[in-house]
Amino acid sequence: MAEVLGRSKPLTVSPLKTSQPLGASLAVLGLDRAMPLLHGAQGCTAFAKVFLVRHFREPIPLQSTAMDQVSSIMGADENLIMAMKTIAEKNRPAVIGLLTTGLSEAQGTDIHRVLKTFREQYPEHHNVRIVPVNTPDFSGCLESGFALAVQAMIAEWTPTAEQGGTCPGRRAHQVNVLCGSLLTPGDLESLRDLIERFGLNPVFIPDLSDSLDGHLEAEDFSSITTGGTPVTAFATLGDAAATLVIGPSLYPAAELLESRTGTPLHRFDHLFGLDANDRLMMTLAGIAGRPVPGRLERQRAQLQDAMLDCHFLLGQARVAIGADPDLLHAFSELLGEVGAEIVAAVAPARASVLARTPVPQVQVGDLEDLEDLARLQGAELVIGSSHAVDAAERLKLPLLRAGMPQYDRIGGYQRTWIGYDGSRQLLFDLANALLEHAEHGVAPYHSIYSRKAELRQEANHGAPQAFAHSDRWH
Amino acid sequence: MKTSDLAALLNEPACEHNAKSKSGCARPTPGATAGGCTFDGAQISLLPIADVAHIVHGPSGCAGSSWDNRGTRSSGPALFKIGMTTDLSEQDVIMGRGEKRLFHSVKQAIDRYSPAAVFVYSTCVTALIGDDLEAVCKAATQRWGVPVIPVDAAGFYGNKNLGNRLAGETMLKYVVGSREPEPAPVDPARPHLRVHDINLIGEYNIAGEMWHTLPLFDELGLRVLCSLSGDARFREIQTMHRAEATMVVCSRAMLNVARKLRERYDIPWFEGSFYGIQDVSNALRDFARLLNDADLSARTEALIAREEARLAAELAPWRERLRGKRALLYTGGVKSWSIVSALQDLGIQVVATGTKKSTEEDKERIRELMGEEAKMIEDGNARQLLNMAREYHADIMIAGGRNMYTAIKARLPFVDVNQEREHGYAGYQGMLTLARQLARALENPVWEAVRRPTPWKTLRGVGHG
Repeated sequence: MAEVLGRSKPLTVSPLKTSQPLGASLAVLGLDRAMPLLHGAQGCTAFAKVFLVRHFREPIPLQSTAMDQVSSIMGADENLIMAMKTIAEKNRPAVIGLLTTGLSEAQGTDIHRVLKTFREQYPEHHNVRIVPVNTPDFSGCLESGFALAVQAMIAEWTPTAEQGGTCPGRRAHQVNVLCGSLLTPGDLESLRDLIERFGLNPVFIPDLSDSLDGHLEAEDFSSITTGGTPVTAFATLGDAAATLVIGPSLYPAAELLESRTGTPLHRFDHLFGLDANDRLMMTLAGIAGRPVPGRLERQRAQLQDAMLDCHFLLGQARVAIGADPDLLHAFSELLGEVGAEIVAAVAPARASVLARTPVPQVQVGDLEDLEDLARLQGAELVIGSSHAVDAAERLKLPLLRAGMPQYDRIGGYQRTWIGYDGSRQLLFDLANALLEHAEHGVAPYHSIYSRKAELRQEANHGAPQAFAHSDRWH
Repeated sequence: MKTSDLAALLNEPACEHNAKSKSGCARPTPGATAGGCTFDGAQISLLPIADVAHIVHGPSGCAGSSWDNRGTRSSGPALFKIGMTTDLSEQDVIMGRGEKRLFHSVKQAIDRYSPAAVFVYSTCVTALIGDDLEAVCKAATQRWGVPVIPVDAAGFYGNKNLGNRLAGETMLKYVVGSREPEPAPVDPARPHLRVHDINLIGEYNIAGEMWHTLPLFDELGLRVLCSLSGDARFREIQTMHRAEATMVVCSRAMLNVARKLRERYDIPWFEGSFYGIQDVSNALRDFARLLNDADLSARTEALIAREEARLAAELAPWRERLRGKRALLYTGGVKSWSIVSALQDLGIQVVATGTKKSTEEDKERIRELMGEEAKMIEDGNARQLLNMAREYHADIMIAGGRNMYTAIKARLPFVDVNQEREHGYAGYQGMLTLARQLARALENPVWEAVRRPTPWKTLRGVGHG
C-alpha cells in the first residue's frame, strides 16, 4: 500500500541504520555456546561490541579477524583461518558465526572456500560448528543481517527430510518459532509462556531470551554465550508439528525450512494488536488441538477495553516513526487498529514488506528525514530508538523508545510488546506519552477590553517573592 | 596513506615504547583481539571539536554503530553530536561513485549546518577502493569556501593509538597555524595580571571533567588557547602554535603533536595528569615552571596550598569510609600510575595494576608508588582479571567500561574510569566525585543480596545471613 521513496540526498545525517554484520552477530548471540566472528578490521567488532554491550548491559562475546593494511591488500585468508583456530582453542565454543563486513567483501574474500581450507588443515576442530554468512555493511540493515544469519543457520544445520530422516509431526508438541529481530528477549519470554499454555513446546530460532535476557549465572565468567538455541536443535526442526515465523524479514528463511522439511508454516508479520494475536491463538489452538485457555480470553477482553480507553487519545493521533522495516510495519498496523495516523515513516533500508505497510509513504532515509517529515506533517508523537532523543527534543515531542539501540534506558531490551497483554501496555504507553504532552482545550484569549493582562504584569513586578516557592512544584 | 608515512608515525620518538624493548605498537592477534581500529582512534581524538561537521566516508558499519556514543561534552555547539556518513551503497562501491557522493555530501552538510569546518574520515572500504580523499576535500574547500579537512585514518591501518596520532598529524598539517589568536580579554578584577597561553592535548572533557580544572587555570591567569580536543572549536585548533606551554594530559596518544609543536614553534611541553591531588598540583607547578614566571609560581603555590587543605578536610569522611579497601586497577598507560596515586590519596590499597600500554617509565613510577613487590598485569583478559581479583582479595575493580559487566557478572563492585564513564574525576573537585562513586559502589547492599544463595538449593539457606 505504501509508496516507498528512495534515498533523497547524498549525505546520511543522524543515521537510523545499524549495519548488517551487527544484525548477524545478534542472531548468532541467540545460539548456545556461540562466538560471532567478524571478518574485517578491529573496529568493525569493537563498534558492534560497544553498541550491543550498551544496549543489553551484558558482556558480549564478539571477535575479529583483525585485518590490517597488508592483509587487506594481499589477502586475509590467513587471518580468518588463524582467528577460527584461536577461538576454537581458546574459547572452545560449540558454534562460530563467520560473518563478513564491507571491508572483506570489497576485498573479495570467499569465506566458504576459506572455511573448507580450515576444515582440511585443522580436522581436530571438526566439533566446532561454523556458519558462514555474507553480510557486507554497504547493503541492508540490522534486520536483514539478522535474517541472513538465520537463513544460513538453517541451510547449514537443518537437513532435508530425506537426509535427516525427519517427519513433520513426529514431535507432536514441538513448534519451531523463527524469531525476527523485531522481537526483544522480553517478547520471547512472553511468547514461550503463551505457547506453553497450549501444551506445546516451542523451539526458538534464535533464542535471545536464553542468552541476552540479563540474568545472573552461578559461574562468574564466560567468553562465549551461556544460553540460546543449542545447535543440535536444528536437526529436530523437521520433526516439529509446525513452524511459526514472526517478522517478514525471516520469511525466506522460513520458506527454506519448509521446503527442506515439509513442516507446515504459519506466517506472522508481527504480534502487535488484536488481529495478529487472534490469528496466533487460532493457529496455536489448531496445532495443539485444544481450546484457547480462559486466561488468554480474559487478556483479549482487557486489550479490547484498553483500545476503547485509549481511542480518545490515539484516534487521529499523528505519529512519526523511524525503525527497521519489520518493526515499522508492526507499529503501522497496531496504530491503524486504533485509528492513529502515521504521518512520517522512515526505514533505513528497502524491504519487500514496506510495499504493503498501511501508510501512504515510507521514506528510505535517516533520522534527519524523520525530523523534517515530523515537523512538516505536525506529528504529535515520535517512535524510535535512543538515537531519536535529540530529534524529539528539538521537535518538542514525546518519544516512545523502540528498536535498537536504547542506550539511555535500563531494561529496554526486556520490554514486552507482544501478545494481548504486551499490546495493551503498549497502547497505554502511547496514550500516556500523548497525554503528558498534549495541549488540551482552547488557548487563552485576552479580550482587548480586559485589564487582566495589565494586572498580571503588575503581579510580575513582585516576581522574586511571588514565585519564590515555585521550586516546590517541579 | 603511504606505508613509509605509517611507519614514521608508528615510530614516535617521544614515545618510550620505541626506546625500550618494544618497537612501535604491537600487532593484534586474529581471534583474540580487543580494542578499536585506527578510524576509531582518529574519531575519538577529533570528534569533541564541537562546531565541526564530522563526515564518515564509508558504509554504515563505521558511523552507524558508533555515533552518539561518547561521553564528551560541549559548552556550546552540538554539531559534533550529529552523526554524518556517506553510508555507501553496494552500487557506490562497485561503480566507484564514492567520491561523487562525498563531494555532494560536503555541500549538503555546509548548506544545512553551517559548520566552522568539515572533517572527512576515510574508512577501510573507501581506502580500499582508492577514493582520493585529499583531492575531493581540496576541491570542496575551493568550491564552498569552508575548510574541508581529510582525515586519512582508515580502520585497517592499525590500532586505535595510531588513529590518535594520525588525527593529531592531520591537525598539524592542515589546521594548526592557520590563524592568529585574539589578545586575551582583560579580567576587570585583575587588569594587570600577566596572562599566559597554554595548550592541553589529549583532554577529551569526558563527562565535562575539564570544567573541574578550567576554573583553576582561570584563577592563575592561564588561558587555555586550545584543548585538543575536549570542548574545542575549530578556530581554537588553528591557534595552537601560539601557546607558551603544552601539557599532554594522561595519554601518550598525541605525543606527536606536542613534539612537533616544540620542533616547529618552540613550545615546551610536559606530560601530566589531572587525576589525584598530587598530580593536579604537579601539573599546575609544571606549567609555572615552563612558563618561567615567578609571580605565577607564587600564586600557583598559594592555590595549591589552599585547594589541598580544602580537599583534605572534605575528603576526611570519605577516607574514613574507604580506608583499607583493596582495589584491582586495570587501565592503560599513564593511568596505570596516575589513578594509583589518586586511590592511595583516598586510603585505598591498590593490589594490582594493569600495564598493558605502560612504558618502563610508567612501571618505574608504579614501583615508586606501590613498592618493589607491585603486582603488574601485563595482558589481562577477563578471566585473568577475575582470578587475580580473587587471589588478592580485591573489594573492587576499577577499569574501563569494556570490563564493567565482567566484574558485575562476577558480583564484584566496579567503577568505570575510561571514556564512556558518566562522571568526571579530574581536578581537585574530581577527587570528591571519585570518592563518592567508590563508596557508592562498595557500600551498596546489593552485593550481599546477589551473593546470597538460592534458599531452597542449599541446606545453609534457611536462617543464614
